[in-house]
Amino acid sequence: MAEAHAPLLSLRGLTRRFGGLTAVDGIDLDLAKGGLVSIIGPNGAGKTTLFNLVTGLDRPDAGQVRFEGQDITGLSPERLAAQGIARTFQLGRVFGNLSVMDNVLIGAHTRLRAVKPAVPVIGPLLELGLALLRPSSVRQEEERLREEVKAILARFGERLLPRIDQPAYSLSYANRRRVEIARALALKPRLLLLDEPTAGMNPSETAEMQGLVAELKAEGLTILLIEHKLEMVMQLSDRVIVMDEGKKIAEGPGEVVRSDPKVIEAYLGHGLAGAAEQESAA
Amino acid sequence: MSSWLDYTINGLIVGNVYALVAVGLALIFGVSRLINFAQGSIYLVGAYIGWVAVVQLHTPLPLTIIVVAVVAALVGLIIERFGLRPLQNSVRIAPLLATIGISFVLDQLVMLTFSPNPRALPSQLPDVRFQVGGGTIGPLDLLIAGVGISSALLLFVFLRYTKLGWAVRAASQDRDAAMQMGVDVNRVNQTVFGIAAALGGVSGLLVGMYYNQIDTAMSLQATLKGVVAEVVGGAGNVPGAVVGSMLLGLVESYGVAVFGTSYRNLFAFLLLVVVLVLRPNGLFASARQAPPEPLTGTFIAPSRPLRIPRWALAVAVAAFAILPLLPVSFYVLQTLINAWLLGMLALSLTLVAGTIGQVSLGHAALLAIGAYTSALLSLTLNVPVGLAIIAGGLMSAALGTILISPSFRLRGHYVSIATLAIGEIVSLVILNWESVTRGPIGISGIPPLSLFGYDLISPASVYWFAFAVMVVLALLQARLLGSHLGRSFRAIRDDDIAARAYGLSLNRYKSLAFIFGGFAAGLSGGIAAHLYSYINHETFNTQQSILALTVVILGGLGNIVGAIVGAVALVGIPEMFRIAAEYRILIYGIVLLLLVRFRPQGLLGTI
Repeated sequence: MAEAHAPLLSLRGLTRRFGGLTAVDGIDLDLAKGGLVSIIGPNGAGKTTLFNLVTGLDRPDAGQVRFEGQDITGLSPERLAAQGIARTFQLGRVFGNLSVMDNVLIGAHTRLRAVKPAVPVIGPLLELGLALLRPSSVRQEEERLREEVKAILARFGERLLPRIDQPAYSLSYANRRRVEIARALALKPRLLLLDEPTAGMNPSETAEMQGLVAELKAEGLTILLIEHKLEMVMQLSDRVIVMDEGKKIAEGPGEVVRSDPKVIEAYLGHGLAGAAEQESAA
Repeated sequence: MSSWLDYTINGLIVGNVYALVAVGLALIFGVSRLINFAQGSIYLVGAYIGWVAVVQLHTPLPLTIIVVAVVAALVGLIIERFGLRPLQNSVRIAPLLATIGISFVLDQLVMLTFSPNPRALPSQLPDVRFQVGGGTIGPLDLLIAGVGISSALLLFVFLRYTKLGWAVRAASQDRDAAMQMGVDVNRVNQTVFGIAAALGGVSGLLVGMYYNQIDTAMSLQATLKGVVAEVVGGAGNVPGAVVGSMLLGLVESYGVAVFGTSYRNLFAFLLLVVVLVLRPNGLFASARQAPPEPLTGTFIAPSRPLRIPRWALAVAVAAFAILPLLPVSFYVLQTLINAWLLGMLALSLTLVAGTIGQVSLGHAALLAIGAYTSALLSLTLNVPVGLAIIAGGLMSAALGTILISPSFRLRGHYVSIATLAIGEIVSLVILNWESVTRGPIGISGIPPLSLFGYDLISPASVYWFAFAVMVVLALLQARLLGSHLGRSFRAIRDDDIAARAYGLSLNRYKSLAFIFGGFAAGLSGGIAAHLYSYINHETFNTQQSILALTVVILGGLGNIVGAIVGAVALVGIPEMFRIAAEYRILIYGIVLLLLVRFRPQGLLGTI
């Protein structure tokens, strides 16, 4: 029924070509407020490129991205972050030399007000001055955000809080993924894009992450998820979209998509010798 | 009309020479994603080996060319084996810094062996001119064109039809995949460095013969021109490098025809900046390529910086503050004044290169802007010196940031090239804008330092003034790093893509870093101008930029205390051992190389 309202995010005919390869090929997608849609598909299907198009890190050759009814196609990532779109990255992009605290505080950057007066032209200079002078409004804002960061880190139990002052490069792989998600939450996103949040995690860590994503969903956060672990996808998603070679080949509730012959072929077909040969010839 | 043909021919001939340098650079970039700043030094070595062969050994021309090619190739192999191969798994910036260090060492070795005085390198060809249309062409022109075209052909055949050539191409497309397919990447690197160095050496020889003169200043110019040609053609693109070289040759030649010789380099660097801004991937590539996802934190060495307790810093500051009251010699004070001036520059550079990751190779230009502003204001408008110095700092902050802003959209090595070019542009504008800057004559009779009407003449008062300014700047910078700007700058340095995805505007924050850093450097330049009482367009040169970079790396990128410790060490230690000036740059080069190899995080650690 949620689909009846204007969706929070909607993609129409989104297309991105790299040379002769069409990485994203006419994708349509609607995501209702509070919904969770998963995108699955074999490696190289174009899932991450799609994320890059939605978050402004790449520009589509054709098609449209609408967020809350507004056309946001081709806006810069900075603008999109300010509109409340947060993402995590497939390979993990924490700021290696920043502490856990600073990494997550960067997530809250778009919410800085006291130190970033919205004044045209001289705004940046005021920001420099306020950063150096630090009047009490600026100090209070910083203090408040630090408390918020601690509350966000507490969602990960004892994984991150004891390491709050450690540089991110010293963290385990799984902890870096957690820092990324904490950073995204610090933006107070209206739309969260998670690119393989459990990549490289063991089963118990995966279960923990799944629990967190379920919690976020229950709190009403709208989530677009790329994930390879099908069990997790089936349990979390309102709807699943399957991509292969840039195209959407199936869409629907998890159980329906799972038994779709095209989907099975996309997954299994790539493992078949004939298909592999075809690919290498192409 | 006929002169236009002459200028065209001259442009193409010079373009051919640039092509020999640029093709080498493109090959190296293609395989190792590295801009080899030592390419000009190999060109220099080639010119001097050629001089030895022609003038002292009286070798015939074909033998001269072979000797130069072989010796230069050997130098290239040595650079690859001992300078760069150990850095393969090092941080991204390490190989770039290493080639800068190598270039300083090579240039200084040549200078120490042959003296910096220019030498004549006679052409071994008959001095006749042929009429071609309305212009003339000499045998050397033909030889240069011939060497250029035949090396391009040989290279083409090598890359297309030999197994090693395939390996080079494979490695340049995808190094990891090539390695998995059994390509010996080290051998490929050796080959590429050997070829690039041989081409570079021969071009040095030919240019020396063309102008019938060689000197040690050729090196940096050649590197710059080669880099310009390569970037214009698209980094790593060998045919693009040839076309870029021709274009550069023509632009320069026509520019000289219209505006005069002293503008030659200005056109080269303006071409570079325009291309970098409009088509950062070169003229022949798409401007909109998504950069690959980097591993995070690979730009600078991860480290745990040494925490120095506040009381220790306070004690150190107090000790240096009372130093002039103790019976120390004028000489010690003088040395430390120089250290404080360099310290201000290093504070500025450690913020720009270390904290926000824009490795600037043209930082001395900020000194020059501050120095000229302050000197001219106090001389021509009688502005009090104290105010003039502050105005110099503000001008440096404003103008420096505006000039550097085209490079804000660039990444990694491109930033270094752009800042190097912008630094050269500043120096060339100072040289050519005679009505304001007095051109090559320079500015003399700059009033001495004074504060509130009191002249600071005694060494102790100058010492206190410089020290106080530096300490205040350091405290301000520490406060900056502790604010949200500190973490924003460092986030942009560590991963600019992720930073943008979280709302950090690169233009805004890079500007703020350059405004703050420009102010500090401008103050340093202003104070220096009043201290020296004479400045010209060469007072603040690339050597100073590189010295500042060495200081910053020695102290630890982004490390405030490190910048000051590094400045004291690099100014003080050579003085302590009374090392002659010409050996100092050699030592700085070696220090840079050793640091990059063994302690990339510097003495106190990157922050």
